[in-house]
Amino acid sequence: MNLENLVAILPLAALIVWAVLVLLVDLWIPKSRKFITALITAAGLALSLGLTLAQNGQSRSAFGGMVAVDGFAVLLNVIFLASGLAAVALAYDYLKRMGIERGEYYALLLFSISGMMLMAYASDLIIVFLALELLSIPLYVLAGFARPRSESEESSLKYFLLGAFASGFVLYGVAMIFGATARTDLAGIVAAMGSGTGNPLLFIIGAGLLLVGFGFKVAAVPFHMWTPDVYQGAPTPVTGFMSVAVKAAGFTALLRVFTALFRGDVYADLWPLLWGMAALTMIAGNVLAISQKNIKRLLAYSSIAHAGYLLMAFVPYGTRLQGDAVASTLFYLIAYGLTSFGAWAVVVALEKNEGMGLEIEDFAGAGRRYPWLGLAMIVFMLSFTGIPLTLGFWGKLYLFRTAVEGGYIGLALVGLLTSIVSAYYYLRVLVVMYMKPGEPVAQGGPWVNILAVATAAAVVLLALFPGPILDLVSKAIMLQ
Amino acid sequence: MIPLPWLLVFAAALFCIGLFGVLARKNLVAILMGVELMLNAVNVNLIAFWRYFSAAGEDSTRAWTFVAVVLVAAAAEAAVGLALIISVYRRRKTVVADELNLMKG
Repeated sequence: MNLENLVAILPLAALIVWAVLVLLVDLWIPKSRKFITALITAAGLALSLGLTLAQNGQSRSAFGGMVAVDGFAVLLNVIFLASGLAAVALAYDYLKRMGIERGEYYALLLFSISGMMLMAYASDLIIVFLALELLSIPLYVLAGFARPRSESEESSLKYFLLGAFASGFVLYGVAMIFGATARTDLAGIVAAMGSGTGNPLLFIIGAGLLLVGFGFKVAAVPFHMWTPDVYQGAPTPVTGFMSVAVKAAGFTALLRVFTALFRGDVYADLWPLLWGMAALTMIAGNVLAISQKNIKRLLAYSSIAHAGYLLMAFVPYGTRLQGDAVASTLFYLIAYGLTSFGAWAVVVALEKNEGMGLEIEDFAGAGRRYPWLGLAMIVFMLSFTGIPLTLGFWGKLYLFRTAVEGGYIGLALVGLLTSIVSAYYYLRVLVVMYMKPGEPVAQGGPWVNILAVATAAAVVLLALFPGPILDLVSKAIMLQ
Repeated sequence: MIPLPWLLVFAAALFCIGLFGVLARKNLVAILMGVELMLNAVNVNLIAFWRYFSAAGEDSTRAWTFVAVVLVAAAAEAAVGLALIISVYRRRKTVVADELNLMKG
């Protein structure tokens, strides 16, 4: 391993070293001063963010083609690291308030983010699998972090069993593709299939198995059953992190692997499956969300629905619209990430001990008692629905445009109708917050309030000037 | 030399046994065993492919690398999984999946 390779993945290497340091240093930090661990973690994330930004504009591969440093990886790593900072802000006071203030939260968070960053760099199927495990295993533990609360332990177990099950499928898929082409690097597989030495039957089996495995990770229907239970039981900051960063990591894997490998004939076989998955995910996510009474379950089903919208723009990836599919997915991930973290910040602020205060009815009166949180929640719910003047609107517009231009008008229609359905349950949250009397207590602490207001401001301001983000996502091109 | 398809069928059978175990068993430890069977079926696949490719004169050392990565990842997964199962067992005195149903809706 020469120095050049190490420099290529410096942001990732620095983050892993930092995570190990956090794990060690935390041993000497007394239980009453765990905020120091949080600050060290935030510093490490900021350091890695700086190193990532220094990689901007690069386009090269390292480690013998196993790792690709390109605009795509840089943009996604910024998303992952920013999600990490948001997760630290959400947990800063929450962990103390819930009596689960342990330093491991921060170390596990860093390890999980390093797995996601590795996924963004991956240009070899071995690395894809390794990254998938590295991001998932710390998350299984994080989901159970509110132990000894039974719901949290149960959610952790469910997440673990289904996650391990899904990685079995990914692994079998990778093995089949290796068997078809004798290669694991994406460029080598493309070359082998192009020259006709590959075995098309094993290749298509591998493609299907990878689709199942990644479908579990992004919570696409019919592989979504775990999502509501896991999101409900996990500590709320972890849920917020999962709903944004893990979804982004799942789509990273889909974009990296599928746009490179499964084109031409394989795409012709795959797109009906993807079409069905996207349509079912949008329909099931939105319809099941209507009857939810718990805000965490509501947002869980909403995250399933948003995975459906993202899949909708992913369906035309094999046509000439590949660039648009990638750019619109990245744009929506940014819009959804900001909106989702903001909404989870409001939930964290109003949550009480022992998992109380999480029914939608518990939010009654919050809008008038806490005008800033209420205003922020209005912005988030409108952005989730896709109403103009919010970033969610531009994101959805871009997704719909990609689907329509790709010729999948039926799919766009399903998306449009389910968006209208979704307005019902998003607006219901606002109705309860403003129209019903109640005396909720917001005790999120300063960082959660800052996060909620800052993301709300970003959602509105970036919607007025979406140019810079459009510019960013259109430059986030994959090295191939 | 055993023909490649035999080995692939064997690995697929092993994978399906694991799959059945995950879907049909109620005991969490048994489900974990099913997952491990699925992962090891993949290892059998990889080694079978390696033998086939190296007999055909192709360089496929990456299969070995991959098997090593899979073994380590499976071990890490088993460690976390067993810890979670023990943690649940201590409080609830059960490892049966159907009895873990606090959340519904």
